[in-house]
Amino acid sequence: MAAKRFPVEASHILMFARSVGDDNPVYSDEEAAKKTEAGGIIAPPTFVQSSAQFDPDYFLRPKIGQPWFGSGKNPTGITRAPGGGGGGGGGGGGGLHAEQHYEYHRAVRAGDVLTATTFPGKTWEKEGKRSGKLVFSESVTEYRDQNGELVVTARGVGVRTERPVEQPAPAKA
Amino acid sequence: MPLKASDLKVGDVHTARLVEDLKRTQIVQYAGASGDYNPLHTDEIFTTQVAGYPSVFAHGMLTMGMTGKMLTDYVGDARLTKYGVRFTSQVWPGDTLDSTATVTEVGGGIAKFDVKTVNQNGVEVLSGYAEARVD
Repeated sequence: MAAKRFPVEASHILMFARSVGDDNPVYSDEEAAKKTEAGGIIAPPTFVQSSAQFDPDYFLRPKIGQPWFGSGKNPTGITRAPGGGGGGGGGGGGGLHAEQHYEYHRAVRAGDVLTATTFPGKTWEKEGKRSGKLVFSESVTEYRDQNGELVVTARGVGVRTERPVEQPAPAKA
Repeated sequence: MPLKASDLKVGDVHTARLVEDLKRTQIVQYAGASGDYNPLHTDEIFTTQVAGYPSVFAHGMLTMGMTGKMLTDYVGDARLTKYGVRFTSQVWPGDTLDSTATVTEVGGGIAKFDVKTVNQNGVEVLSGYAEARVD
């Protein structure tokens, strides 16, 4: 996740907090937030993940005029290259989020303008029981504020699976 | 209210229900807010017919976000210094999740916790840790 400019806005925090089912007024009510120890609207602990919105190249967002792998007329908008793919194909069977770690140097506040800089980390492989060969890759993202100070350090681990993860029991959904 | 070190002892447990009968719409809400529009989470046709999963499933980060509410409700606003997790099982629409923080260490103004979230069948979906400043 790389973003040259990640403006932290109160309305975005409100929507994000709602989506994770968190009605704490410190994320939505300026007046109530002022009376808390935080002293104003802050962001929930996993909010920086939404810097994806400000990463121009983020690959899990449909882009104007470009093919998208989700369904439309067909189950996927991307024609698979002959012999290509394996796994779930179409970009679908592959990437899952395996781990996420945050270190908070201070709270993220409405009004902050952050930058997100991502550094690649280790890569390793493992044989999985439920999904074939697993390829893990790590990345570290530093979120810095308008003064260049480190606010959050995020370390993510993604995993690409050889095939979709087998389910232990029939789907409940 | 922030936690006081004097009120905490190793082994103390805090639990909270994160969600009951997770709706697809909440997953859509999370996709929109976070910017992660991977169709695996919102597009049933793609997910079942192309990716080969039985249904769409929640973003790991939605589970981490909901578990984060359990933590911040417990330790107080702006008190977390570390929070990390592994996603150990997928979360599906219809799931009910319960989360637990267990105190593992208290001292030097910091409390450490083991964090765990399970589904309605007792299957662990998230496992991790957190650290917070305490008074």
